[in-house]
Amino acid sequence: MYDGGKIITGLIIFLAIVTFPFYSNIGKANIKPAPDLDTPAIQELDEKKCIEPTGFMRANHMKLLKQWMDDLQELDKDTYRASDCKVYDSSYDTCMECHVSQQNFCDRCHTYAGVKPYCWECHELD
Amino acid sequence: MEMFVSFCIVVLLAVIAFAGVELVNLQFLFGVIIPYAAFAVFVIGFINRVIQWGRSPVPFHIPTTCGQQKSLPWIKDSKLDNPTGTLGVIGRMALEVFFFRSLFRNLKTGIQNGELKYTGTKWLWLGGLIFHYSFFIVLVRHLRFFTDPVPPFVNYLDILDGYLKTGSPNLLITGWVLLGAVIYLFLRRAFIPGVRYISLTADYFPLFLITGVALSGIIMRYYIKVDIVSVKQLTMGLVTFSPVVPQGIGSIFFIHLFLICVLFAYFPFSKLMHMGGVFLSPTRNLPNNSRIRRHINPWNYDVKVHTYEEYEEEFRDKMKSVGLPVEKE
Repeated sequence: MYDGGKIITGLIIFLAIVTFPFYSNIGKANIKPAPDLDTPAIQELDEKKCIEPTGFMRANHMKLLKQWMDDLQELDKDTYRASDCKVYDSSYDTCMECHVSQQNFCDRCHTYAGVKPYCWECHELD
Repeated sequence: MEMFVSFCIVVLLAVIAFAGVELVNLQFLFGVIIPYAAFAVFVIGFINRVIQWGRSPVPFHIPTTCGQQKSLPWIKDSKLDNPTGTLGVIGRMALEVFFFRSLFRNLKTGIQNGELKYTGTKWLWLGGLIFHYSFFIVLVRHLRFFTDPVPPFVNYLDILDGYLKTGSPNLLITGWVLLGAVIYLFLRRAFIPGVRYISLTADYFPLFLITGVALSGIIMRYYIKVDIVSVKQLTMGLVTFSPVVPQGIGSIFFIHLFLICVLFAYFPFSKLMHMGGVFLSPTRNLPNNSRIRRHINPWNYDVKVHTYEEYEEEFRDKMKSVGLPVEKE
């Protein structure tokens, strides 16, 4: 090989970069975060469900909350009719009645997934 | 035709992933086996390709000389465009790798008012630069799926990329810019007749594939949402070698992942290898010192030469006797 030293050095740098996710995780367990659902308000519920089905909430809560914000700001509408026809106040407080804590509920998954929503720039923490 | 075939292949790939997951439930194949295989093909193929290049001799000293060569001390030489030493070469390579300087120098030949004119054309350079940098940032941002805890620089990059604070999920600029840039690069091929004439399937295919990757990613982030925590569980399973396929991840994720796997596996066999190749281009990485140091073709076999000194040594007496001038008496 010509200029072998330089080429091998380059290849080692390449390997170090592309395998970073593998060696940086050596010895770590893959633990899924668990948002805290053990709050007094949730305990009191007969049927433990959010305003929409869990699968929907997991994937779409951010869109729903943005919709609430837009409804309030643009249409002055402050209620939300869920898919089971129940009507809720479309407010941050509705979420926090049950979920109580930003730290123990919202942040657990957000930190895990590396997401930084800007909700709390206006809404109060905990 | 080339365009149509490439487009169909990419659509077919997306359909394969969709059908595989929706109809046949091959989540484990598409979520674990194919990603591992694609990554292995990428790494091994990449190294193999570079080593093949490394074994090829450079017969001639062929740096491109885009400026005044170093000569007499009172003539100003161009240190970056015509480097004579290692430092200059490093500078030139850095400009090439980070700013695509040779593309920046791209000229267009045309006739204006009956005269031949060369004018700079920067659109390809600009489109290419935007495309590569946004792709790079998008790639680095994805480290949030492969690290736990997520390193601060990835978080900061996310904040920087989402500084418009528009929408929820937060709009990340580079994803859209990447899509725009790759579409620009495609339109350029499709609509400039000269470029279209020289475009092959191997040119259109990566463009469509990357468009597919970007588009499926954008659709997944903003429109057809998936449970991102389950997705990260899957990706973390891959990098910790304890693969899991959580239930209920939408097919759009598997389409996105499969297209990326195809891109990775295709990489070492395609023009995309310019990622490694740019470092190995003799026209860029050789110093222009051909008048200072002799470049010897590595495959030259030993040629028996008879130098003038030796010649004179052999025939000195005869040369003197017929009155020919000699260098040494």
